[in-house]
Formats: sequence, structure tokens, C-alpha cells
Amino acid sequence: MKVMAQVGMVMNLDKCIGCHTCSVTCKQAWTNRDGVEYAWFNNVETRPGLGYPRTHEDQDRWKGGWELTRSGKLTLKQGGRLKRLATIFSNPLMPGVEDYYEPWTYDYDTLLSAPQGSTSPVAQPHSAITGKPMRITWSANWDDNLAGAPETAPEDPIVKKLHSDVNDKIRFEYEQAFMFYLPRICEHCLNPACVASCPSGAMYKRSEDGIVLVDQDACRGWRMCVTGCPYKKVFFNHATGKAEKCTMCYPRIEAGMPTICSETCVGRLRYLGLFLYDADKVTAAASVKNPRDLYEAQLDLILDPHDPEVQAAARRDGIAQDWIDAARKSPVYRLAKEFRVALPLHPEYRTMPMVWYIPPLSPVADALRETGHDAEDASNLFGALRSLRIPIEYLAELFTAGDVAPVLRSLDTLAAMRSFMRDHNLGNEAQPEIAEAVGQTPASILELYRLLAVAKYEDRYVVPAAHNEVAAELDSLACALDAVGGPGGEGPATVSADSFHVLKGVRAEQRTAATTSADVNLPHWDGKGVPLGMPTLRVRNDD
Amino acid sequence: MSAFTVAQSAPTAVESILWIALPYVALAVMISGLVWRYRYDRFGWSTRSSQMYESRIMRIASPLFHYGIIAVGLGHVLGLLVPQSWTDAIGIDAHLYHSLTMPLSIAAGAATLVGFVALVARRRASALVFSRTTTNDKVMYLFLGAAILLGVFVSWYASGLVGEGHNYREDVSVWLRSVLIFQPQPEYMAQAPLGFQLHVVAGFLVFAAWPFTRLVHALSAPVQYVARPYIVYRSREPRSAGARTARRGWEPTRRD
Ligand code: HEM
Ligand code: SF4
Ligand code: SF4
Repeated sequence: MKVMAQVGMVMNLDKCIGCHTCSVTCKQAWTNRDGVEYAWFNNVETRPGLGYPRTHEDQDRWKGGWELTRSGKLTLKQGGRLKRLATIFSNPLMPGVEDYYEPWTYDYDTLLSAPQGSTSPVAQPHSAITGKPMRITWSANWDDNLAGAPETAPEDPIVKKLHSDVNDKIRFEYEQAFMFYLPRICEHCLNPACVASCPSGAMYKRSEDGIVLVDQDACRGWRMCVTGCPYKKVFFNHATGKAEKCTMCYPRIEAGMPTICSETCVGRLRYLGLFLYDADKVTAAASVKNPRDLYEAQLDLILDPHDPEVQAAARRDGIAQDWIDAARKSPVYRLAKEFRVALPLHPEYRTMPMVWYIPPLSPVADALRETGHDAEDASNLFGALRSLRIPIEYLAELFTAGDVAPVLRSLDTLAAMRSFMRDHNLGNEAQPEIAEAVGQTPASILELYRLLAVAKYEDRYVVPAAHNEVAAELDSLACALDAVGGPGGEGPATVSADSFHVLKGVRAEQRTAATTSADVNLPHWDGKGVPLGMPTLRVRNDD
Repeated sequence: MSAFTVAQSAPTAVESILWIALPYVALAVMISGLVWRYRYDRFGWSTRSSQMYESRIMRIASPLFHYGIIAVGLGHVLGLLVPQSWTDAIGIDAHLYHSLTMPLSIAAGAATLVGFVALVARRRASALVFSRTTTNDKVMYLFLGAAILLGVFVSWYASGLVGEGHNYREDVSVWLRSVLIFQPQPEYMAQAPLGFQLHVVAGFLVFAAWPFTRLVHALSAPVQYVARPYIVYRSREPRSAGARTARRGWEPTRRD
């Protein structure tokens, strides 16, 4: 057994309102540059829909991820090493600008410089690549909210598959449609096909936290990783000739802070935490024969951080105690492994993705409500989950290689929680049998509810700071307490990995103690307590 | 060296510049340029692939060109570095040698030339590719194009396909080896036909320009890939961005 730590994410799809805030803040942080205008490390897709880049899930066409050879060996779907080196000179399996979209901007200047007249001036779109005027015909979320779905959604690779499998037509007329949003980032896979397909060895998985990165100085622009990633989450910077991808906001993660997309998520639906997993078993798990067994195989890789043996092995393998403690408090571990409500995206790609999704119950609940049923009633919900085949099978194609059982299990648990909590909140008599019907207890259902509905910042993001002992020594030359109006207030403030935590501690104290203004000043005010020199107000404390 | 003897007169100034100074200066520029580029601009060391702008022409033109130019490169090693006396010694006389290598050389040259022309045409034909073609690319294509065109011409000339035929292994090759062992004999090159002289000059100009263009990618051909484990793990660098200090007033905002 070799224990390694992995920063993982869970997204609760029921809560996504499709606002794209995550995409925008991510773009502002990472890809607002020439060459990656078209790239969205975080994007939000409406499903059913074509996705971004268009039809990227069609691996018969794009050849992303892994497959098994006839003898059962794991190999890249785009071909073995020699084949790929021999065909390196052109790579038609890389999506082109037309598959993403041609990025554009507007000539805003005409709005300002147009002479006075009777018609208002119009800013024309200009290609961000050529600089020439262009017609906009597609974008990263052209089919947002099912816009144009009657034409485009039948081309959704999953819809196509279902259509040929169950011979059932999915309808995209307004009244009959089901839809949900799917925010996507890099999966920071345990078995990353992007890393495996990089001929230069420039892509790597960090051994401390499992974050998958591209060494910009070592990348030579062979653009094989773009094909390798089945999620199409490696982007080619066409200006620099280097591959770029979601970094899991590693500078923030190292400082113990959540990623930008999590931090700014309007629905507060993202969870961050650690998984401990057995690195020795990854290849075997990714090589199980039946794709429908991949979800279980992936779950089996994840170790129980409460198990003393696992803890001892983790310490032996160099994982620090505070990381082990963080793994024990990890919300992603609880949602994926304990409650089993969070499922991996496309486990059949065999990359062992580490961003997990709680499937949405709302398409089913909405359908119930619209037909005049009580959408909070457990038996109604259980029944509907079994009769509404299309949404369930669609979700199963997304999360469990088509196996509906784990999806049903997850949605049943959510349905039971919904129903159980209604009685709880209305003061009705609790019905423990609802909890038991899904293998839970009233207490565990309450815990799940707390985790999904009321979890605070600290409960949603359990990210231990990186161990950066060398850097910490250098940083501690400047006292972290200087920053909070201490005696050395003139000196440079530091927000190093550990001073950040000192600050966090100070703030937590203020949260409970500060009603006076003496020890807080405005530049460092975190919204708790009252800053220096401000009239005493009651600050609404929303947690 | 060669069975031929060449009139040993002192080289003229032009001959010295072209057949002594040029190769050494070009190689020196190439080597120091590569060291400089590797040390100071590893970030710029890339194929700068244009695949995502245009795939249809690239799909045929790039493999054609690359397979052609790799074969041409191997052909140069064979024709220039292996002395004629060695092939004579194993019983391959000049006539047999040329009839063996001629078809290969013509095929490789044609593939390179056609691929090259298609690549250049593609640069012009696709608006996306054209808009992102840098001056550096244009200069590189000019140098490379001159070397390739002259190269194809002299290979046809040498084989007798055009003109009377010429055994460059008795002058150009001898000269090149004399340069590589630091005992330059410019007289061999001085008597070579004009086409060969021009091709050699163009070739050394390409070498000199190499480090400063996208051609650097050829030197990092990823052959090590065949022997590497698929998944690469790497440890975090000891001092990375997360530990940078924030300026006063730029600390992170409140979180909840
Ligand atoms: C031997 C290993 C080589 C490899 C693996 C290699 C690979 C590549 C790749 C992947 C590209 C990018 C194609 C694209 O997507 O746009 C490229 C472009 C190019 N290569 Fe090579 N190359 C090699 C050698 C050479 C040599 C020896 C030359 C010339 C002397 C050369 C000249 C070029 C040129 C001119 C381009 C630009 C094509 C264009 O976009 O117009 N390459 N090469
Ligand atoms: S999702 Fe991320 S880690 Fe996984 S293959 Fe794609 S780029 Fe690599
Ligand atoms: S910010 Fe949150 S709610 Fe908004 S689209 Fe992104 S994931 Fe969904």
C-alpha cells in the first residue's frame, strides 16, 4: 500500500443555478490572456447539450482517455507510444477553433467615437485571433438553458447513445424537456491520460496533493495531451504554443484557501477536501474489465482516513499529521464514500476522475410537481425515480457508465432526505423508516442535510495548507501579526501559507470576542466585529 | 581523403569568408544560440503548433514535409560524412552508390518540397494561420525555403536528372569533413558547381537562424517517451507562488 493524498472536489448539481460566476471568476484569474481567450478552465454546460468543446464526450471521434487492449492491458485510446510518436507531425484528433468557438471582442470604440446622429452606433464583433470583423455562430455555452436544443441537443453524444440503446426519443420541446447544469473543471485524475500522453514529460501529478499541472518551461507544444484528456480540459495556448489547464488554483490551495470557482460559487455547491488513496492499486482499478465496475473500483481506491492502519501507513509514506486530520474531516470523502451520494464523471474513461457530482433530483421533483403530485413525499419520489427513465439513464451515462443502480441509490438518498426533513422542519412526527429505506438512520440523514444545506465555509472547504517549511522560515522574518494592526503595522504584511492561518485564527477570535474596535483596523477588517474608527454598528452575522 | 587532388593555391578573400568563416561562424552562432535560448527562453521553446487553426491541409502537408526532411537529414549524414573510400572499400563504387541512393534522394526531396510548399500555401490560405504568422516565421520560411529549393535542385543535378551530373562526394563532402575536423580545405568547395555553393550557404544560414526560430523544436524530439512510465509524479517546488508575500492592502478578502 502506498498512501497518497488527493485534493478532490464535489459539486452538488441540484444547487447549480447556471449563473456562470465560477467560469467568469476563473477566467479573470487564469485565462484572460492572448492565446487562451477561447479557453475555459471552468465551464458550465446545460445538459442535455453539446458541451464544450462540442461533442467532446464522443470518444469514438476524439479518442480521449484510456481503453483496454484485447489482452486487458490499459493503453491510451489515441494509440500506443510508437504510433503516436510516428504521427506526431499532425494531430487531427485535437479539436479545432471551430469545435471550441472563435473568440471575439467588440470594437467598443465606435460606441464612443461615433458622431452624433439619429441612429445609435453598433459595436461589431471582431475575432480575437485575426482581429477582423466576424460573425458569431457558436460559443462556449451557445446552447445555454437548452437554447436551440431541438436542433443541437439530439447531437449530444449521450442523447445519441441513449437513443440507439433504448430506442426512446428524448424530446426537447419546451414542456417535456428536462435539464440541469453541469459545471466542469479538470478532474485532477488519479490516472491522468493527459500526463500519460505528454511525450515531453512536461505534465505531472504532484505527489503531495495530486494536482495535475503543466510545466510551462518543459512543454514543447506537441499537443498530444489535448487529445489524451477525454474531458478536453487541457487547452492549447495558440499564442505561446504551450498547453495550459486548470491548476486547481494551486497557489490558493497551498495557502489553505479554496479554488476561485469554489470561493465565488453563488450556489455554494462546491466542496473541497482530501482523499487518501492507495497509489499502488490505481492501474489495476483502472483496468477492471466491465466499465460499470469502474465506479466501485474507484471507490475502493479511497482509503478510510479513520482507520488507524491507514493513518499509520499515511505517516509512513510521509503525509503530515495535519493532512491526515484534514482527511478525516474531508467533506468530499463523506459525500463520495460514506454517503455515496457523489459520483464520478464518466468513470468509463478510466482516468479515475477526482471531481465528483451529486446528481440533481430536481428534474424528477419538478416533473412530479408539474403533474400535480406532492414532490416532497418519499414514496412519490421513489416511484418517480423509477418511472422517469430518461433523466435517470442520462445521469447514469454521465456518472456510472450507464449503470442506473448507483444513480438511483444516490437520488433515493436525496429523496429520503428531502422527505424526512419536511417532517422534521414542520414539526411533524419523524418517520425513521424513510431514512431506513435508503440504509440511513435519522441521525445520519440529519448529518447529510447539514452537509448539503447548511455547511459553513469551514465545513465545505477543508484544505490543509501546504508544508512549505523552507518558505515559512523566510516568510516568518516578517511577523504575520503585523498585518492586524499590531505594533509593527508599518512593515510588510505577509499572507504566506502559515501567516494566513495565523490570521484566520485571529479572525476566529474576533468573531467571538470582538465587540470593541481596538484591535481591528479598516484595511484588515474581515467583516466581523467593528473596524477601528467606525461607529459601532450591529454587523449581521450570517453564519 | 579523396582520390582527387586539387590545385593548392591560397584561397581568395571571398573563398575564405564563404568556405572557412561562414561555416564556423554559423555553427558557433547555432550552438551558443541554442545554449542561450535553452537557458533564458525555455518558455519559448515550442513547435507553436497551428493545428487548432487549420487541420485539413496540415494533416497531409506536415507529415509529408517532416518525413521528407528527416529522410533528407539522414541522406546528408550518409552522403556528406561517410567518405567515398569507405563505400568503395565495401565494393560499392560511385556508380552503384548513386543508383542506390538516387531514387531515395529524389523521393525524399520531392516529399519535402511538396510538403513545404503546402505548408507555406496553408500559411497564406487560412485566415487564422495567416493572422498568427510572425515575422520570425516568415524569415525562417525564407531561409528554409532557399535551402530546400537549392537542395532539391542540386540533388537532381547531381543525379543527372537535370544538367550533366556531378559527384559531390569528391568535393563538397571532402570540404565539409575538413571543416568538421578543423582543418578546412576551402579549395574543394571553391571548385564545386555554383548550385552546390549556394545550397551550402543557404544551409549554414538556416543553421545560424535555427536557435532563434521555431525550428528549435526539432532538437527536443521526444524520443525518451518510449521508455518512460506513463504517469509522471513530481514533488512541489520548495518555494512556490502560494508562499509569496502580499503587499500591504492586497491581502485576501473576507471569506464565507
Ligand atoms: C525530428 C523531429 C521533429 C518533430 C517531432 C517535429 C514535430 C513538429 C510538430 C509537432 C510541429 C507542429 C505542427 C503543427 O501542429 O502546427 C512541427 C512544425 C514544424 N516543423 Fe517540425 N518536427 C521535427 C523536425 C523538424 C525539422 C528537422 C524541421 C526543419 C528543418 C522542421 C520544421 C518544421 C516547420 C517549418 C514547422 C511549422 C509548420 C507550420 O506550421 O507551417 N521540423 N514540427
Ligand atoms: S481531467 Fe484533468 S487530470 Fe484528467 S486527463 Fe483531463 S486534464 Fe488530465
Ligand atoms: S457559480 Fe456555482 S451556481 Fe453559478 S454556475 Fe458556477 S457552479 Fe453553478
